Amino acid sequence: MAELAPPPPFIASRRQRRMLDLTYQPGFRGVAYFCLFMLYAPIVVLVIYSFNANPSVTIWTEFGTNWYVKVAANQYIQNAAITSLKIAVVATIGATIAATAAALATTRTLPYRGLGTAYVIINLPLMVPEIVTAVATLSFFAMGRTLLGIDLGLANLMLAHMVFCIPFAYLPIRARLEDMDRTLEQAAADLYASPWHAFRRITLPLLTPGIVAGAMLAFITSIDDVTITTLVAGPGQTTLPIYIFGQIRRGITPETNAASTIMLAVSVLLVSLFFFLAQRRKK
Amino acid sequence: MASIDAAAAPATSETLARTREQIRRRDALKRTGLLTPALLIIVVFGIFPLFIVLFYSFLEAGAYGGVEWKFSIDAYVTFLFNRDLFDPSILHFSPSYLQIFARSFIVAGIATVICLLVGFPAAYFMATRPAKTRNLWLFLVTLPFWTNLLVRSFAMMLIIRDQGLINGFLMWIGAIQQPIVMLYTPFAVALGLLYAFLPFMVLPLYASLEKIDFRLVEAGFDLYATRGQVLRRIIIPLSRPGIIAGCILVFIPGLGAYITPALLGGGRDLMIGNLIAQQFGGSRNWPFGSAMALILMAVVLVFLMIYASVTGRQKVGHG
Amino acid sequence: MARQIAVEAKGATKIFGSGEDAVHALDNVSVAIRENEFFTLLGPSGCGKTTLLRLIAGFELPTAGDILLGGESVVHLPPYRRPVNTVFQSYALFPHMTVAQNIAFGLEMRGISRADTAARVEEMLALVRLGRLGGRKPSQLSGGQQQRVALARALANHPKVLLLDEPLSALDLKLRKEMQIELKRIQLDTGITFIFVTHDQEEALTMSDRIAVMSQGKILQIGTPTEIYEHPTSRFVADFIGETNLIDVGIGAKANGQVALRLPGGREIAVALPQGIAPGDKGTVAIRPERTSLTRDADRQLAGKIENIVYFGTDTSYFLTLADGKPFHVRVQNREGARMTYGKGEEVGVRFATDAAQLLRD
Repeated sequence: MAELAPPPPFIASRRQRRMLDLTYQPGFRGVAYFCLFMLYAPIVVLVIYSFNANPSVTIWTEFGTNWYVKVAANQYIQNAAITSLKIAVVATIGATIAATAAALATTRTLPYRGLGTAYVIINLPLMVPEIVTAVATLSFFAMGRTLLGIDLGLANLMLAHMVFCIPFAYLPIRARLEDMDRTLEQAAADLYASPWHAFRRITLPLLTPGIVAGAMLAFITSIDDVTITTLVAGPGQTTLPIYIFGQIRRGITPETNAASTIMLAVSVLLVSLFFFLAQRRKK
Repeated sequence: MASIDAAAAPATSETLARTREQIRRRDALKRTGLLTPALLIIVVFGIFPLFIVLFYSFLEAGAYGGVEWKFSIDAYVTFLFNRDLFDPSILHFSPSYLQIFARSFIVAGIATVICLLVGFPAAYFMATRPAKTRNLWLFLVTLPFWTNLLVRSFAMMLIIRDQGLINGFLMWIGAIQQPIVMLYTPFAVALGLLYAFLPFMVLPLYASLEKIDFRLVEAGFDLYATRGQVLRRIIIPLSRPGIIAGCILVFIPGLGAYITPALLGGGRDLMIGNLIAQQFGGSRNWPFGSAMALILMAVVLVFLMIYASVTGRQKVGHG
Repeated sequence: MARQIAVEAKGATKIFGSGEDAVHALDNVSVAIRENEFFTLLGPSGCGKTTLLRLIAGFELPTAGDILLGGESVVHLPPYRRPVNTVFQSYALFPHMTVAQNIAFGLEMRGISRADTAARVEEMLALVRLGRLGGRKPSQLSGGQQQRVALARALANHPKVLLLDEPLSALDLKLRKEMQIELKRIQLDTGITFIFVTHDQEEALTMSDRIAVMSQGKILQIGTPTEIYEHPTSRFVADFIGETNLIDVGIGAKANGQVALRLPGGREIAVALPQGIAPGDKGTVAIRPERTSLTRDADRQLAGKIENIVYFGTDTSYFLTLADGKPFHVRVQNREGARMTYGKGEEVGVRFATDAAQLLRD
């Protein structure tokens, strides 16, 4: 009448766990990690070699930030960066305001005549291939110059950027607006707030995270634009991407590495901020 | 306590109608005002220029770039034909530009297919992770999407050029004596497109796969299906919208790509984007460039319409 | 007791959509709610009670009819110009403001001075017993606390009429009962007219001065809880409130406000003819289970066989089948403890007082 010891606890081996997992597909994990590797390896290489003291882009000697120093001292790069910033700031402000207004008019309303068309127009810049937009914008301003003698200078680029920045700013703002509780504005009206007051005290503060996200997306898109800017820019309107583009075509130098890494850092910073804000919103 | 005052009824129905009208008018005014900035900017600086391109394609090329104000369909003719050197009225069929279009189609097509083959398992894996890990994956895959295309193409160049990383490594271990020529070939362009647009494929796929109800998969297993069959017969059909969206999002920009072929293709073996840009640069043939741009636009529109009819008009706004 | 009419709806109709898909949320509804009254709109989902509330608040424009506050038509006024306040089902607290700021909001919008606003906020926090929580954000409060903030926010404006849209439906049972008592106390203390919407008939019966039972866009009956419960005029009302037995009767002679009814099984009784009912020769009578008792005597109105007995602690329910095959429910209080005097399968008689039988309109 010996007492049986309790059976040992069941710990599944990795293979057994895999068999029980409904979603397991062989090899998919490997492909996913490979994708990640593919996406980041070139960038990582770029970043690492920008810190290579040796001017060779493949042989690593020692860590050095000399290229960054050179980039910082480079007058052309400084001017290009300033130009990029000028354009991006103006385009972002314009696009965000326009996109916020448009989002307010196209979200949370009953369908009205023209709503579909408005929506298509707002998203149109996303659907036209960049080279076609570039060419069209170039022709537009050229015609303005030859026919009407109007040359807006840097404002050309600012307006061109605003066009494709609007849809980028629009999407997060619209998403945020749709997520918002509609009864809040009703409650505000119930508490004697006129539509303008309800907007200013309730809608706008709650919409702000979306607006900020939209502005960031617009900013990144404007800073990073190459195709349209390259074709439309006139002499003396060199932006940072245009400068780097030219440098690369002329030959690969470590300075280009460094300048590219800087651009990369800016994008990464902004996108991380965007994700961080988005996670906070979900709370 | 429940009798309707007959005399009051007509008065209120007037008030109601008037109030309703007031509200309608005020709403319409507010809406128009709100939409004007965005629509104005896009229509004037985005849509109207497209018509100018259309207009330009029917003009003559100017001697120093730009256009001459004379009507001509030369631009479109040049696309398919060459004028005979000695007798300009004779046209010889010239396939060179068609070749460029064909090459763009093939390169973009190959990039799309490989993107799909690589992106689908990755998106599937991501979609089946627990929530927290999923967000991390999303972040990691989205990040490159927002970095500068220039930087990414440049990074790719560093890796595949003759003195680049891959060749350097292979020569270092003695596997090869001469560097493998990868840069400045259509292969490089396809690779560059794949690299640049992979997130465009993964994200819609992920969105689609994430929505799949895995109880259906469970049902499939319950009915004696193998993993492969479940994948083929259940998961893939259910993620069709994502697959189509992803392919469209990679193929269309790939077709009209400019930066990536410019850097990785090296100026030979042009793609459409480079051809068009060239016309507005060194080749000084604006009408021809305009015509090319329009043809590209037309092709894109065709694909978009196919996409719209396949998926139904789901994107056009609803309240 | 001629109290003033605080809120009145005259022929209010609301139709959503058009053509085949049109939804008639409210169909020619007229009701007058008196000042200081705790008035409840009671009905199942989709009956139109919330729609009526929204018409009074101003969030919807009626398709036809009129809404009057204090005798004046207000249909042309947007919600922010009407002296009514609402407690929403989801509370709709402003998430980016503190509790105190939420409560102060209506006062700020009306331009009341800072000092007065602060004083009023303190007063409200005390009234709903949330004294020290003024600085918290809504997300930091429990459901019950949020509900009280919503109430305070509305009451802070001293409205003449307070509209409450199923405010207790998200609370658990115990909290709900507490809040019912709270709400009733506040209404009696402040004297504000409460218009309360609910689908819970027990809630309506315990809290209301008067109830309007609604179904499918119409008001079926308005009355005090007693009137509604004891004297339902329609099958729906009888069925919706509490439990009822419905039996088919034959209708005989009418005289002196009374009418003779022939019950299934043959017995005849004479009941008062309710107002507004012009019966044919057949009708339906509603009898509450707790007004009936079982008997083995010959003095009985109905007869049937006991199919099932269920013990509920405070009472015992006997489920019978009558002579005509219809079910009948008798509920007997267990005054002498759980003694099962009758057994399953037994043929027994059912007795009830004549005034317990309510002849229905339909």
